[in-house]
Amino acid sequence: MYKNFLRYLISAIFLITFSISAKADFKVGFVYIGPTGDHGWTYQHDEGRKAVEAAGIKTTYVESVKYGADAERVIRQLAQSGHDLIFTTSFGYMDATNKVAKDFPNVKFEHATGYKREHSNVSTYSARFYQGRTILGHIAGKLTKTNTIGYIASFPIPEVIRGINAMTLAAQKVNPNIKTKIVWVFSWYDPGKEAEAAQALIDQGADIIMQHTDSTAPVQTAEKAGIWSFGQASDMQRFAPKSILTSIIDDWAPYYVERAIAARDGTWSQQDTWHGLKEGMVAMSPYNKGMGADLVKEAEQLQKDLASGKIHSFTGPIYDQKGNILVAEGKVADDGMLLGMNVYVKGVEGDIPK
Amino acid sequence: MEDLLIKIEKRNDVPTTLYFFTPFIAIILTIIGGGIIFYTLGFNPIEALKFYFITPISNLYGFSELLLKATPLCLIAIGLSFCFKSNNWNIGAEGQLTFGAIVGGGVALLFYNQEGFYILPLIIIAGAIGGMIFALIPAILKTYFNTNEILVSLMLVYVSKLILDYLVVGPWSNPEGFNFPETRQFSDSARMPLLFEGLRIHAGIFIALAAVFVSWFVLYKTYLGFQIKVSGLSLKTAKYAGFKGKTMILIVFMISGACAGMAGVGEITGPIGQLHRMISPDYGFTAIIVAFLGRLNPFGIIFASLVVSLTYLGAETAQIFLQIPQYTGQVFQGMILFFLLASDYLLFFKIKFQNFNKNELRH
Repeated sequence: MYKNFLRYLISAIFLITFSISAKADFKVGFVYIGPTGDHGWTYQHDEGRKAVEAAGIKTTYVESVKYGADAERVIRQLAQSGHDLIFTTSFGYMDATNKVAKDFPNVKFEHATGYKREHSNVSTYSARFYQGRTILGHIAGKLTKTNTIGYIASFPIPEVIRGINAMTLAAQKVNPNIKTKIVWVFSWYDPGKEAEAAQALIDQGADIIMQHTDSTAPVQTAEKAGIWSFGQASDMQRFAPKSILTSIIDDWAPYYVERAIAARDGTWSQQDTWHGLKEGMVAMSPYNKGMGADLVKEAEQLQKDLASGKIHSFTGPIYDQKGNILVAEGKVADDGMLLGMNVYVKGVEGDIPK
Repeated sequence: MEDLLIKIEKRNDVPTTLYFFTPFIAIILTIIGGGIIFYTLGFNPIEALKFYFITPISNLYGFSELLLKATPLCLIAIGLSFCFKSNNWNIGAEGQLTFGAIVGGGVALLFYNQEGFYILPLIIIAGAIGGMIFALIPAILKTYFNTNEILVSLMLVYVSKLILDYLVVGPWSNPEGFNFPETRQFSDSARMPLLFEGLRIHAGIFIALAAVFVSWFVLYKTYLGFQIKVSGLSLKTAKYAGFKGKTMILIVFMISGACAGMAGVGEITGPIGQLHRMISPDYGFTAIIVAFLGRLNPFGIIFASLVVSLTYLGAETAQIFLQIPQYTGQVFQGMILFFLLASDYLLFFKIKFQNFNKNELRH
């Protein structure tokens, strides 16, 4: 009896503090996995935030928020301090986002690259980065002399494996002898580890380096070694002007502005967004002329065809490492298969960490 | 020709009250230092400090989060105080925490989808044993092979993290988790009971509080505690007194490891609810600051763990409200330790300025 009373009392105080702290100003909060100065993933999300700010909407961000116990507190604090829309911009925030969303039905949540939408106030969004990887694969297949492409990977989740496969398939199309070597660093942002991984791949004969991690360390390592590389998430050209052939750019700004305005005007509703080259959520930075004018033209044409849908990154026949058919000739992989991708295609070396 | 000579002398009479008072001076100096940093960064220092030290705990939720964060820090620091008091430099509490969480988490996964009141106690015991075993490695190497426990315990942190990496990526990863490096969510019976609806504070806080009282009793009321303290003050004296040094070293490391292991279990069965690669934001290292700020005194450690936790929460709110970079939290922790060590130095040593005539020497 007494225990129950205490519980209600505390819950009541809890609720009152919540309602007092809620403010009239419409505010948007962002939670970042890395520092805004990573010049990669988080940097691009912050560019998106700045675009929201430029549209006249107040924003707040918290950077370098670790997965685990801290993430939930930060998201909750943003919700509690009067933020009406919260973008959580890394896969590992998925459970924390849904947990907090349950307790704040009036706050809207947008989780990047996840698949859980347990409450009606949670949307998910991601970009078809794999389309960019197809272009990288085409260029890499044409330029490599050792037929070895080095790939620095973060976590063995479908998103990353999809990128590896898309790149390898495109490279094989122009150069059947291609091999993809992978080093897993198990981090999104760890310049030290990423640089070591790049060096290890170069030592194993890779003459082109690409990455699915957020720092500029790999491209800088490639620049020093005098080999080609590709930038990730953001235009990394100024960090390795000679080495970078092009960068896949994540352009979140239009989506963020659209969703923020929708939330402010009351037209926001739950959705699952997966945009690519067509919508501009994935873009390519200017191609390095060092690859030759013909190859630049091919890349630009490929970019157009991928955007228009004329070419699909995953067109059959596609085989796995053992030679089993994954996608039959003349067919393309559907989104369901892409979202759950957990096997390497033929030509990728090694095993997926298990 | 006269030169100024600076002489450093040991003080013989350091009052105990002053000894326990210097941590407060260190905190006040940190606040002043922090204010100056905020001012130079272009923020209103009073406002920034308010967001730092008051806003995070201005409501019940914030206060509960403070306790949640302080719980593992307090528990680990209590364990470390046994080691540090007896001159054993266990720097690897982070590793013992991780290994404890691995063993405890393994038991939790073993009972996946099962219910029963006995599951949680089993996990806690498993975690304590895991931490203990991991702490015994540097202890045994030190006692029987004369290795340096600082290096061994520190290096083992990386070993434990790599073991955890291997497990969550490989054999223990969630079959439905799309290959993401994490285990399944533990079942309800494997979770720490929450104390209040809607708050994350859990029963683990009682383990920390129990550790405080038990450690106070052991350190100040038992023969073992006496041995630990004498060894800390003078190893030679301890030897002459005939204390069995080796057994004591093993015991303090085991206590320390068990506490860190239970702290790890508290995290994975409390707010996290599963094993993944980032179960601790370096609690094991931060607890070293907590132990010294608390003067290796059980009750001092409670206070210190709250202060240090507040620097974490403050860094988050300061960023949310003022966009001050979160790394200032680490700057604050660094400043607290720096000012504490500096005031200790001035407490134990006095600096004398003397006029010194070189010409006199020549004659």
